[in-house]
Amino acid sequence: QQIQEDLNKQLFDNLVSFLRQSHPEFQGKTTEWTWRMKTREIPTAALVLGVNVTDHDLTFRSLSEVLQNNITPYIALLEAKDCPGIKNLMQKLMGQLMNCYIDVDSLEDEDYVQVSQRRIRCSMTSLIKWYESVTKKKDSETPSKKRTTSSRHLQSPPVVVIFKDMESFTTKVLQDFIVISSQHIHELPLVLIFGIATSPMIIHSLLPHSVSSLLCIELFQSLSCKEHLSTIIDKLLLTTQLPFKLGEKVLQVLINIFLYHDFAVQNFIKGFQLCIVEHFYSQPVSVLCCQLVDAKKRANSLSHDQCENIRRLPSFRRYVENQVSEKQITLLTEDNFLKETVQKLLEDLHVYHENYISVLRCLHVFTSSLPKYPLGKQIRELHCACLENRVWETEEYESSLQLARMLNKSDLVTMLQQCVEIFVSSSGKEFDKTVEKLKEFLTQFQKLEEEAFQEHDVSVSSQKELQKKTDLYHLQKTLLEFKESRRSKKLTKFETLRFEVVDYIDSLVRNYLVPADHKTLHEVVYFNTASVLREHLNAAPRIALHTALNNPYCYLKNQTLKSDGGSISNKAPDICIAYKLHLECGRLINLVDWLEAFSTVVTSAEGPNADVPSSDQVDDIIHARFIRAVSELELLGFIKPSKQKTDHVARLTWGAC
Amino acid sequence: MSQPEGHSSGALEVKFVPDEEVLKHIADDAGIKVRKDKTQLTAGVKRFVKKLENISDNEAQEILEENNYVAALGICAQDLMENGSSVSGGEVYSFQTAKRSSKMAELASELAQTPGQTVASDHSECPEKTAKTPQSSSNFLWAEIAWKCNLILLFAWQRAVFRRYIFLLLMHVFSLLLQSKKKEFVSTTPYRLRKRLAAPDPYLESESEYSASCSEEEGEEDHKEVSSVLSDQKTPAKTKAASTPPSRNTLAKKTREDKMSNLVEEYFEAHSSSKVLTSDRTLQKLRKRRLNQQTLHDLLKKAPLAYAAEIKELNQQHESLFSKWMLQLHLGFNIVLYGLGSKHDLLEKFRTSMLQDSVHLVVNGYFPSITVRSILSSITEEVLDHIGTFRSPLDQLEFIIRRFKEDPSLELYVLIHNLDSQMLRGERSQQILAQLSSLPSIYLIASVDHINAPLMWDQAKLSLYNWLWYETTTFSPYVEETSYENSLLVQQSGSLALSSLTHVLHSLTLNARGIFRLLARYQMENKDNPSYPGLSFHDFYQQCREAFLVNSDLTLRAQLTEFRDHKLIRTKRGADGVEYLLIPVDDSTLADFLEKEDEDV
Repeated sequence: QQIQEDLNKQLFDNLVSFLRQSHPEFQGKTTEWTWRMKTREIPTAALVLGVNVTDHDLTFRSLSEVLQNNITPYIALLEAKDCPGIKNLMQKLMGQLMNCYIDVDSLEDEDYVQVSQRRIRCSMTSLIKWYESVTKKKDSETPSKKRTTSSRHLQSPPVVVIFKDMESFTTKVLQDFIVISSQHIHELPLVLIFGIATSPMIIHSLLPHSVSSLLCIELFQSLSCKEHLSTIIDKLLLTTQLPFKLGEKVLQVLINIFLYHDFAVQNFIKGFQLCIVEHFYSQPVSVLCCQLVDAKKRANSLSHDQCENIRRLPSFRRYVENQVSEKQITLLTEDNFLKETVQKLLEDLHVYHENYISVLRCLHVFTSSLPKYPLGKQIRELHCACLENRVWETEEYESSLQLARMLNKSDLVTMLQQCVEIFVSSSGKEFDKTVEKLKEFLTQFQKLEEEAFQEHDVSVSSQKELQKKTDLYHLQKTLLEFKESRRSKKLTKFETLRFEVVDYIDSLVRNYLVPADHKTLHEVVYFNTASVLREHLNAAPRIALHTALNNPYCYLKNQTLKSDGGSISNKAPDICIAYKLHLECGRLINLVDWLEAFSTVVTSAEGPNADVPSSDQVDDIIHARFIRAVSELELLGFIKPSKQKTDHVARLTWGAC
Repeated sequence: MSQPEGHSSGALEVKFVPDEEVLKHIADDAGIKVRKDKTQLTAGVKRFVKKLENISDNEAQEILEENNYVAALGICAQDLMENGSSVSGGEVYSFQTAKRSSKMAELASELAQTPGQTVASDHSECPEKTAKTPQSSSNFLWAEIAWKCNLILLFAWQRAVFRRYIFLLLMHVFSLLLQSKKKEFVSTTPYRLRKRLAAPDPYLESESEYSASCSEEEGEEDHKEVSSVLSDQKTPAKTKAASTPPSRNTLAKKTREDKMSNLVEEYFEAHSSSKVLTSDRTLQKLRKRRLNQQTLHDLLKKAPLAYAAEIKELNQQHESLFSKWMLQLHLGFNIVLYGLGSKHDLLEKFRTSMLQDSVHLVVNGYFPSITVRSILSSITEEVLDHIGTFRSPLDQLEFIIRRFKEDPSLELYVLIHNLDSQMLRGERSQQILAQLSSLPSIYLIASVDHINAPLMWDQAKLSLYNWLWYETTTFSPYVEETSYENSLLVQQSGSLALSSLTHVLHSLTLNARGIFRLLARYQMENKDNPSYPGLSFHDFYQQCREAFLVNSDLTLRAQLTEFRDHKLIRTKRGADGVEYLLIPVDDSTLADFLEKEDEDV
């Protein structure tokens, strides 16, 4: 479990660092124009963040951190939910500004702050007073401190107000705030930042022209969430740092949720965390899922039960079956020997991952530039394809190789160079040879180039010769020769080399990109139960209810409940019967009819010999059961009481679902 | 036409007359059970003869036709011996009810059927429909009446030989007849009947009553072999024993055929017409006392819980997940449970087994007066031992967040039953709860039941909640959850209102009580008037003066202010500016109150 927490931390660190990277350029611009505001206009940055609202929080936090460190200590983060009115907004603003004032300067006069907090009347003037006092204090009282601070923050640092979710602010509040603050812009250097989820047009639709003209808006586009995702996948999955890996299906599920549901990187990470938890919780051999050195140690200290667990793994069984018979016996009986082999296998697995990643990147370099992207544009698609099955058996791979055979030289050379870089940077030992080989290819290409020059010369000279000879027969002969030579020459030089390169890549792929479930002990590090993930992250409560009501046999394994087709047996639980009956009704349901139908079903279920005194006098117990079923349906939101007609309920769903 | 009539006219006539009579009886007084004995029968014969002479040609024709069906019945009855009556029930349509409700009854009968039944009457439905097409609705009514006559006739006539399979046959013949029938009924008696039928009241009220009379009839006629169970089974069939306009019929057919493809159309069909056709029956007419909460509870306790073993097994499956939940809660996820059945017990078990020695808070979301503020204050007061008030829930939340951040050793488990209840489903309360749950040291485990519960949360809230979904279908009844609901079927117990009324009044002076009683009595007198505006102040004053309860306008006003402060009365201004006084309590409670008061005085 400690490992898990480490991993989680690592994940977040990655994300934060990435987000930070995406902002320096933005923050540079901010500094530029904060000093240019001499007019009545309030400098405003509109930050278009895209629809992945969940990530915004993190973005803003890192942004304000960056701003705080580099530009100004006065930052207020405002959220729509805190500010239903202008008064609340001002209060919040004041509170935040004064708090951060303490944070930065850590002055000892807390009583002053307390006074200010108690002050209920927050107005712009008080804000300005406060601002002046702060800056003055800095100027006069603490010159030493001033120097240190002003080295970082320039004279009279601006007050930055960030509106996190601009769309959800009420327009009135925003307008008022902007108008008021524009009146005071001379005394109070104010900078606004709007977080926008949809499109920059929203500013103009939210604010009338008279207000928006007070703003001097500059637009910033944050990186698209897809790029976030690919960086995360790059950093998390395609690295040997993290021993834990995702299986193909799981990855697919996560990516699908991301692409089709929310575009939220945070949710992706949440899913990833859940995978880790689930893996460590459900897989007993996951104790070995850690860094290689630790894993070896742990493998040494495995208990007997754990050894048995390992022996039970299907991949390990396959491995055992392939061994000689004596070895099989020792593997299955002696724990110590098993431990050794496990260590060895783990090391193999580790090496496999190292190789896998580099070769995958290399293949990606090749395939990502092919027309139509038969293997996908993103490396994650390639990764999925490789995990799924032997990639070289797929049609897409075939076609991409074909396309690769038609690449022109310059592309090929650059790709090869990239591959060399990848292999050099990777830590695998086995790649020395490949690097050499690739380099060899490169030099050959260079040679080819030189030769091509010479060839060109030759061909030119031959043409000259051709011009000399006017003899028809000779001409024909030389032309034929020329043609032949050209064809053969091309094949022998560039094309053969190209074929060689492609074949070599192919061989690399075949060697290293074996899908993970063919590897022994892959269960240790791969998490593969996608259904669990889907269940917990992307649940379908309505479907669950529907099946429970329509087909109670799914849950209650009783033979009497078994039914074929759409009908349910009359022995189903009361609520199912009531539900089924209500499905047949229109918008309004007459309770009496319903009750009668219900009692008919229920009495018939109790057996035809049940003696019912008279048909209109519904049994009390059945009545009570009906009442319960109806009120349960009401609770579930299928019906609601209606005033349109006496003793009627309105149906809230329609159709047969 | 006349040819088949000849077959069994003698027997038929005897039967037919009593039925006519039965109808009349019903028409005259629906509540009266039809008594029939031999004497009546004979009298009926006479009357029938008389009637035959009196009525117009058309009428005679009609009756002949009716006889005709029965004749045909006689012919074919033997073939139909094998079919159950309920089968035919599936194919008939209810009288003046929407097709939907008829479908309900239909389904009920289908469900009630024993599985291996054939639907032999399919073919009979089609001609019927085609037959109906040219008919006008009044015609339908007439046909309906005639048909019902036949129904009753049938029951009367029924011997062991014929059983109830005749239904089917009857329909068949009936349809043929309708084809030949034109719109020219100008008869007197049926017309009256028709009117009666059109008026919603006693006749329509119960097909069930109808059937009751039928079975009685049977009893009278000493057909002991026809068991009462069978007659019961007929009830749904009869509920449907009617016609709906043919266009609707075909529409229903179509929608059933390709339900999936025109879901959209179905939606608009259901919602296009503001008028909804359902039967006008009300619960009051059921002669069924409304159960109050307590009796309901007792009754349900008596009823055995179906599939207890399976439900227990399900619960055990869920309980095996407890430790996993704990782990995941600690890892920063929050857990939400969904699925059919009450999850109250499950959560309660979770609480007792896992959270015994940790600080936890149970929120019963289904409780009708729960608010976010009360949740928050229970956290601040009980958990954080903070005494003091907060200006707004937001402040309170901030305080809680601060406290929890300051002190990482604080841990709190929050269990919320029905996070989607009426009181908690609002945007603001969900926002606050979401923020609360996003605290790393607050572990939230909640349950949702409403089908649209996930719509409460947008992306931002979802990410705050950080849910893990668990399907926990328990099938256990929602006992606690529904006990606070104001179901239509449960009598508004009003006991609470009543007790508060009496309590408040007991603390008042005798005169004040008199004043109130006066108002209450006046309201009771006017309870049948739907547009009763209340008692105007001036009239009230007059009455009070006459009863020597007040001596001046001012004293009455003072008294009324007191009532109003206790929310005993409500005043509203009418269109003419006059003040009207109303007691905002439902009639039954008020009646109870008056009864009690009368006892006291």
